[in-house]
Formats: sequence, structure tokens, C-alpha cells
Amino acid sequence: MSEIAARPVAARARWHWLRQLWRLPTGRFGLITVAVVGLVALVSVFWTPYDPISIDVNARWQLPSLAHLLGTDGTGRDILSLIMGGARTTVFVAIGSGIIASVFGIVLAALGSLTPRWARESMAVFIDILIAFPVLLIAMMISSVWGGSLWVVIWSVGIGFGVSIARVTRPELRRVLQSDFIVAARSSGLSNTQVLWRHLLPNIAPVFIVQLSWSMAVAVLAEAGLSYLGYGASPTEPSWGVLLANLQAYIGIHPLAAVWPGLAITITVLGLNLLGDALREATDPTLSRGRDPLHPPRASIRHVPEVIS
Amino acid sequence: MSLIVKDLTIDIEGRRVVDGISFEVADGARLGIIGESGSGKSLTALAILGLLPDTAVTGGSVLWNGRELLGLPEKELAQVRGDDIGIVFQEPRTALNPIRTVGRQIAESVRIHQRMSKADAWQRAIAEARRVALPDPETIVKRYPHQLSGGQRQRVATAIALACDPRLLIADEPTTALDVTIQAEVLELLRDLVTDAGMSLVFITHDLAVLSQIATHGVVLAHGRVVEAGPVQHLLRDPQSPITQGLLRDATSTLWRPTKGAES
Repeated sequence: MSEIAARPVAARARWHWLRQLWRLPTGRFGLITVAVVGLVALVSVFWTPYDPISIDVNARWQLPSLAHLLGTDGTGRDILSLIMGGARTTVFVAIGSGIIASVFGIVLAALGSLTPRWARESMAVFIDILIAFPVLLIAMMISSVWGGSLWVVIWSVGIGFGVSIARVTRPELRRVLQSDFIVAARSSGLSNTQVLWRHLLPNIAPVFIVQLSWSMAVAVLAEAGLSYLGYGASPTEPSWGVLLANLQAYIGIHPLAAVWPGLAITITVLGLNLLGDALREATDPTLSRGRDPLHPPRASIRHVPEVIS
Repeated sequence: MSLIVKDLTIDIEGRRVVDGISFEVADGARLGIIGESGSGKSLTALAILGLLPDTAVTGGSVLWNGRELLGLPEKELAQVRGDDIGIVFQEPRTALNPIRTVGRQIAESVRIHQRMSKADAWQRAIAEARRVALPDPETIVKRYPHQLSGGQRQRVATAIALACDPRLLIADEPTTALDVTIQAEVLELLRDLVTDAGMSLVFITHDLAVLSQIATHGVVLAHGRVVEAGPVQHLLRDPQSPITQGLLRDATSTLWRPTKGAES
């Protein structure tokens, strides 16, 4: 009987965290926001109301109307189309720097905690030195060699936040490493890599997820900031940062126009942050609510424990 | 199938914490290692399996079936661990991975040493849970460690250590963190499991009363040295060293307490 039962249980457990995520208001908001941004980015590949770079001098600074839902900018470009196109850039940058930050951060943290003592101590110092380099400085260094592009943003944010991920996860790794269950896992014959993948990384995941979502949110901000400064997207590429930079020059005359890219950036960053928090809560079984038989919710005590030994 | 520890020394950062310990565990024997905290008992246990932190330097020899375990490459040690020698730790709170169900942890231990499908390993995990007398094994294997009591967690840790049928079980103060009634249950369980499977046992404790319930022979440690060794009955009736006498007083202190003033 239980052999048949075992499979659905495993399948249910696999998707359990997603339901848990949906149940949290912050998780729901984060999921919806990220899904909407992703969808808009996808749609913009095939269709936008207007060509985001086509200039129409007759339609400068239009207020929102049926023809231009969010109005137009100083060269008559449709702001909605620009924001849709910018979403593509944002998703690209957030995912790209997220990947680089995770790989870089975890490799640094692993080198700083699992290696022999002299290596891990010097790695800790190395991380402390790297963390002193601001993302902006890294971006300037990279762009001075390869010129401004979105890759500059991705690499600089990825490296910058990879270091801070390493900084936060390294002590966490050390802490978990000293737990008895790690020694127990090794004592039952697991190799070091198996211990790393099965026991260490899953246990630092909560800390890591929060850091990662934070660094992706900052990547969105940094793309806007670096593009604004000219290290990121070129002026012809649709980007929220470039758009904001263009529009804020006229904020005294056309305040409404600058609101849209600002709003898009704010909501996306907020959504990513809340999603990270909720993910941490949803994936940590010791935090999951209502399923703990020792402390069940009041209304649902259906199971009287047998001999608790 | 025997374990021979000879002149084992352990230095941590230039300080000698274990200084020439020797003992022998024959097939099916139950040996107790007893001493106060800091006497080097747990380090000895970790040294046998090569689990000491990399700051520790070991010397002497640990022979398992005539094979030297000290200095064995990690890959070969991994085969000895769990397959031949299992270990249970003191603190049930941290002995289990908090984010995995206990069934998965038992099944993992099975799958390391035996090729079998996930479903089979899961069945085996339920069987192992039943073997250590966990209540309602089918549902308890789906729980997380924080949903279990301390005694239940210690049973799960035992199940993980026993899942591959080791020939020797090292128990490092497995009952110290538990309260007295549960201590007795876990001790009884351990004794039954070990005798049923014909395993050898190395039981580490600071409590002579506990030792008398489970081991046949005892080794008394103090400051990293063996101060006395022999059958447990001798240690209890006729302790030679003042350390053993002190431990004996501690073990019976609950009985002596009312007349303590008169005694001294």
C-alpha cells in the first residue's frame, strides 16, 4: 500500500512550497509582480503598441490618452512601448546578474569555509577586501575596458553582490558545518561533495534566497542607475533607467511622464524583495505553519499523539 | 571483526588532549568508555572514524580487522564508515538535518552503501523506523526532526547509524541529553539491537550507572589517559583509581544525598 502512496507524497512535497508561497500575501504579491514583468518582457519581443524607438515630433509630450495609454516623451515616443521594451532589459539584467552572483558567491563561500584552514582564512580576508569595492567602481573599471553595455551592468552587479552573498553565507556554512548531522552524514559514508549538495547547501538556502532576491532587486536598480550614468544600456536601447534619466530632466514641466518608469522600477524591486522573503518562509519546514503536530492550530487538533518517547 | 586501538594520541594546536589510549573490542563485545568531560572520550570516538577537524593531529594506531584506519584515504574511510562502523551522537537536537524528513535521511544512509531504488529505500526506512521502535513508522518517516521529541530523534539517529548493518556501533553519550525514563528506554533499545545483530558496541558516557546497564567492560579515562580498565562489575565493586571512585560517588550521589553531611 505504502509503496503506491509514497509517490504522490513525494510529488505533493515537491510542489508544497509553491502552495505555501501562494498562501502568504507577500509571496502572492511577489509572484504576481515577477510573473507580470516576465510576461510583459516576453510580449514585448513580439509586439509593442508602437515601435519604442520611432520618433514622432508631432506627438511630443502627450498626456495619457487612448492612443498613448501612458502618454509620450519629448521626442514623441510612446512611453508604454518604452516601458514594455525596458522590461526585457530588466529581466535580462536581473536574471544574468542573479546567476553570476550565485555562482560567484557560492564558490567564494565554499572556498572560504570548506578548504584547509590557511586557505579559508585568507579567503575570508580576500572577501573582506572585495566587499570594499562598490558596484559602481567595478562597473567603471569594466566599462573603461569594454565600453558601456548591459553586460557591464550584469558583470559588475553579479560580482559585487556575489561578494556580499559570500560574506553572508560563509559564516552560515561554517555554522552548519559544525552541526552533528554533518559529522553524522560523513560518518555514514557520504563524500564531501555529497555532503555539500545534500546537507550544506539546502541548509543555507534560506539565507541565500533572501540575499539572491535582494541582489536581483538591486540589479534592477543598478541597471537604472548605471544606464542613467551612461555605463549601461546605450541611449537607443529601451531601458527604465535611460527612460527615467531622459524624463526626469523635464520633471518640472511634465511631472506625470517621469512617474511611469519610476513606478515600474519601484514595484519590480518591491516584488522581488517580498518574493525572496516569502520564499524563505515557504521553503523552511521549521517555519511552516499549521503542519506541526506538536503545535497544531487550535481548530484542527485531529490527532492525539501516541506515546511520545 | 575486532577493533584494536593502540597508543592513540591526539594533538590539537600543539596541545596533547589524548595521550596514549589503548583498548580492544572483540567481536560482539560491549565496551564502555567512561570519563569526565574533557577527558578525551569523544575525540577518541571521532578519531576512530577519521572525523576529527583538520586542526587535529593523530598518532598511534587504530586497527579494524587488522586494517589501519589512521591515515586511510578519505575514499576508503567512507566505505568503512556506516558500512562497518556506525556512530550515534550526544545531542539529538543537531544530530538530524532540520530541513529533510526523517525518512529521507534514513533512506539516504541505506542508499549510500546498497544499490536500491528510491521506493525500496523508502520501504527500508519504514522498516528501520519500526526496528528502533518508533511509534507509527509509516507516518513518522514523513515528519521533520523538529516535529519529533528528543527520544524519538535519538531513535532516528540510531536508525540512520544502523541502516547499513554495521559490525560496530559507537554511541557517544547517546542518552545524556534525555531525561531519565527515556534514557532507560533508549539504553534498553540499544542493548537489544546490538545483541540481536551480534554487533560490537563502544559506549561513551560520564555516568557509571548508565555504563553498568549496557557494557560488560569499561575503560576509565582522565586527562587523555587510561587510568583503569576491566569488567564493569569490578569497576563498580572494587574501584582502584580515585577517578573511578569519584565517578562511582557521582553515579550514586542521588542515594547518598540525604546523608551527605554525615558522610563527610
